[in-house]
Amino acid sequence: MRRRSDEAAAHRRLAAPLSRLATSPALRRTLVQVAVAAVLGGLLVAAFLDVRSNMEARGIPTGFGFLDDPAGFDINQSLIAYSATSTYGRAFLVGLLNTCLVAAIGLVLSTLLGFLVGIARLSPNMLLRGLASAYVEGLRNVPLLLQLLFWYNAVLRPLPPPSEALLLPFGSALTNRGLYLPAPIAAQSLAPVALAALLGMGVAFVLFRRMRGRHGPAQGVRVAVIALALVLPPVLATAAFGWPVTFERPELGRFNYAGGLRLTPELVALVMGLSLYTAAFIAEVVRAGLEAVPRGQSEAAAALGLDASRTYRFVLIPQAMRLIVPLLTSQYLNLVKNSSLAVFVGYPDLVQVFAGTVLNQTGAAVQVVLVTMAVYLAISLVASAAMNLYNRRVALVER
Amino acid sequence: MLRLAALEWFPIRWNRKPALHLGLVTISRREVVSASLAIALALAVLLSCGAASAATLDQVKDRGHLVCGSNLGLAGFGLQDDHGAWAGLDIDFCRAVAAAIFGDASKARFLPLSSKDRFTALQSGEIDLLARNTTWTLSREAGQGFLFAAITYFDGQGFLVRKKQNLDSALDLAGASICVQQGTTTELNLADFFRANNMKYEPVVFATADEAVRAYEASRCDAYTTDASGLYVEQRKLAEPDAHVVLPEIISKEPLGPVVRQGDDQWFNLVRWVAFALLDAEELGVTSKNVDDKARSEVPDVRRLLGFEGNFGEALGLGSDWAYRIVKLVGNYGEIFDRNLGEGSNLKIKRGINALWSKGGLHYAPPVR
Amino acid sequence: MAGGVAGGEPPFLRAGHAAEGRAPPPPPGLAATLRKNLLGSWGSCLITLTGLALIGLALPPLLRFLVLDAVFIAPDGAACRAPGAGACWAFIAAKLPYLVYGAYPLGERWRVDTTLVLGGVLIVWLLWLDAPWRRAATILFFVAFPLAAFVLLYGAPPLGLVRVETNLWGGIFVSLLVALVGIVVSLPLGILLALGRRSRLPVLSLACTSFIEILRGVPMITVLFMANTMLPLFVPETLAPDRLLRPLIGVALFASAYMAEVVRGGLQAIPAGQIEAAQALGLHMLTIQRRIVLPQALRHVVPGIVNTFIGLFKDTTLVAVVGIFDFLRTIESARLDPAWAGPTISATGYAFAALFYFTFCFGMSRYSLFVEGRLAFGRRS
Repeated sequence: MRRRSDEAAAHRRLAAPLSRLATSPALRRTLVQVAVAAVLGGLLVAAFLDVRSNMEARGIPTGFGFLDDPAGFDINQSLIAYSATSTYGRAFLVGLLNTCLVAAIGLVLSTLLGFLVGIARLSPNMLLRGLASAYVEGLRNVPLLLQLLFWYNAVLRPLPPPSEALLLPFGSALTNRGLYLPAPIAAQSLAPVALAALLGMGVAFVLFRRMRGRHGPAQGVRVAVIALALVLPPVLATAAFGWPVTFERPELGRFNYAGGLRLTPELVALVMGLSLYTAAFIAEVVRAGLEAVPRGQSEAAAALGLDASRTYRFVLIPQAMRLIVPLLTSQYLNLVKNSSLAVFVGYPDLVQVFAGTVLNQTGAAVQVVLVTMAVYLAISLVASAAMNLYNRRVALVER
Repeated sequence: MLRLAALEWFPIRWNRKPALHLGLVTISRREVVSASLAIALALAVLLSCGAASAATLDQVKDRGHLVCGSNLGLAGFGLQDDHGAWAGLDIDFCRAVAAAIFGDASKARFLPLSSKDRFTALQSGEIDLLARNTTWTLSREAGQGFLFAAITYFDGQGFLVRKKQNLDSALDLAGASICVQQGTTTELNLADFFRANNMKYEPVVFATADEAVRAYEASRCDAYTTDASGLYVEQRKLAEPDAHVVLPEIISKEPLGPVVRQGDDQWFNLVRWVAFALLDAEELGVTSKNVDDKARSEVPDVRRLLGFEGNFGEALGLGSDWAYRIVKLVGNYGEIFDRNLGEGSNLKIKRGINALWSKGGLHYAPPVR
Repeated sequence: MAGGVAGGEPPFLRAGHAAEGRAPPPPPGLAATLRKNLLGSWGSCLITLTGLALIGLALPPLLRFLVLDAVFIAPDGAACRAPGAGACWAFIAAKLPYLVYGAYPLGERWRVDTTLVLGGVLIVWLLWLDAPWRRAATILFFVAFPLAAFVLLYGAPPLGLVRVETNLWGGIFVSLLVALVGIVVSLPLGILLALGRRSRLPVLSLACTSFIEILRGVPMITVLFMANTMLPLFVPETLAPDRLLRPLIGVALFASAYMAEVVRGGLQAIPAGQIEAAQALGLHMLTIQRRIVLPQALRHVVPGIVNTFIGLFKDTTLVAVVGIFDFLRTIESARLDPAWAGPTISATGYAFAALFYFTFCFGMSRYSLFVEGRLAFGRRS
């Protein structure tokens, strides 16, 4: 007790010079805030002025006018029309869409694999458990960059050059330049056939509603009638107007296949590396989520006679999702951010195209880096907002 | 005992009571304060390492050494060995500048830069001089605030292909996949060449030359493209150099030279005249071996170059024996070329258009007078 | 209870011994456990077989490349270029000094050794939970060690240590340095940021939140680009930081943002009652944070902190993109040596790097599990 009062006295003594501040929390709070705001604002303004004067002094372009200039370089994968005569702004779009493509495929694959591995880590089978643990530990503890380099090599090495391509059905071909698939091309008859199909769906829907209820025809008849309503119109339309879609087959040229759809080895390596790496983390998230569901739940499910897969589907996973989703979102965001390592395997993503080539050709380093950061930031803010919304919906309502 | 006003205000008492329990360890308040002070101090010391001010030459002299941006690794132009020793044409050029300024060629330090980083490093004042096989273009001077001081190597872009493809010309490359390094004029020339000839191709772009070559070697591409000098260097590093061949076409002009920032004419002149002095010395037959004998020469051009007539060095902000020091310590252009790229190296690149004008090449330096 | 029922017949009394039941089955042996585990059902059998097939497919080539066909001792790359040769460990052995020190001057490499040994001893001291004088170790590690490391590595002419410019630094030692700086800076800074984010002062909280969210929302590469290309533009020319320092700042800030979120998770786990009780005792807000909230919060998140460190350590591989001669860069540089050039050289280099990173990260994650268990034990008792 004595010590404490000593301390209190010391406290008072030391606080004395500024006792008024100490006794008025509101005043103190305002003062601190003003000070913080002033310091931060001052720093920001100083940094901005400094950057501008430094850029001007060094003759670095300011502003975003460069986005309308012709780019002059080519990109080997583009989801929109692009050529060397397009603008830097369009090159930015190409890079952005390529990033989105990798992210979208990566998300699906890593989720599937991650859930499988996460459940496998809880499997009664010792071997499977061991393999799943080895997978998780092995991939989590090695830098992604190394894994990407490994996969790029692993994808490229065993594949044959185009002249010795592995020919697959329907004119597809597998080479070390990528997997070539026939590309669907809309023919003129697409519109009437699609119309007919829509019509068929409408009719089927009406029939389905009509025939509902006890007094309708037998089950087999119903299915047959509806199927007929669905299939007949498009088939007739095709017979009348011709095939709605033709396929462009990839053709072998002197060096490469031309035409058709193509998956580049860079895309495959990047998607593989990202998905396998992220899946290891997702597996841990899933395992933690499942382990957090009380044991009684699975025991109760077993008592009800549910088999393992149904127990997971209807009892465990829905409950675990509450814990899994927030963590899963952050893994998804990591995947998107990690896709920026694309440049190491030669995949033209946003960072490679925009923060790489465009930055270098234009010299507008500040603008380009800021825009790139802003894009990723926007993606992650949108994802966080979506997750918060979901969280609010699934949160347990405590009474 | 030292007491800080801030400490008074936040009632932190100056004793050895524990302040932070970091889960594993416990730290007292005094330790926290001294730790933050020490870290701040260390950062301040580190931060002040790279001071810079107005005139580049004065800065370099104050600093006591020259900082050159160099290649990450391109044999013949700039390559570092296991012990950190640099060698190459660009490296020797920097040494020549250091020799002119300090009379000591070892006062040049090198900062390896990727093709992507090199310009920002020069813009930000991190390096005094960029000598990194960089192509002289209009946009780099007019648009990005640089000046090319001279041309130290006349290069041009070519293609490396596999012999078994049986290609005679770059015009046969329609539809080919081509590996290329990012952030270079190479990428643009490539697009131009194929557009001009109305051919399709697939560019596969990598961050470094090393990755691009590796992909070419793994047969990801039909051709690898870069400056012709670079092609020879890379070809020698392939597993079977003889299975590959450089196509005859040169699709671009690539005048390579040292680059400086705009706005410092004195520095620009100095760098440019070091390059000219190297060429003039070769033209006048002054080499590192005979430079002392040549000091007794009666030829006016030689006497002016070596500083026995006129006061040209001082006009550059250097001593009058500036060119003597360059040639004595580094050699003339011919010696540098021979040592790094030519017969004296294992690259064995011919002088070709890089010979002096008097020998059928393009190198033509204005006179020292 | 004997004779509990007074008067009248007891409702039930066994007349004789119960029939002997069968003895419980002996605990299943190893073979039985294995059989039940691996071959319990048809599905399980299938999984086991698939698993075995997978192992059979993946393991032998890996083993052949890494061990059986590998070249362990060779004077130069000739033996490694032979067809069918596996990993060229001789190359790693020959280049090890370069991989560890980069271009650090030969005569001065003892300084790197000393720094690494010092750091290693301090870390072991810190991590060994029962070691004596651990607080001293904390001060040494977070204060004295960075200073000593700076003096040793960079040099101090008055002390007779030649200055070694940072552009000569390279290799594993630079990777470790980047990670160490990240760890030393990010923990304190992360705690401050987390407290700031939870502050009741809106300006402070907004500033900290934006800082954290911006850095967490962008890829590390862009932060490195920013630190590398733009830091020199942001600060006055006289302050243009050293080339190695810039990515260090970038890495440290990046790690702090992640650390702040980990710490905040711990802070949120502290029940409001704790703070209310402390306030009822009349404690100052800062005292409450320091004495009551932080100690408990940090205990909660030790595993999270270690995980952030693991992520940070793996991310150090990215500093190569801004031209730092880290471990990966030296591997790439070493493989350019024509004496060793060969088809397996880069694979060997990367395998070595993967092993190196795996060892460190796996070690850290095991340690985190161990601490987690120990803390859980502490809570139980």
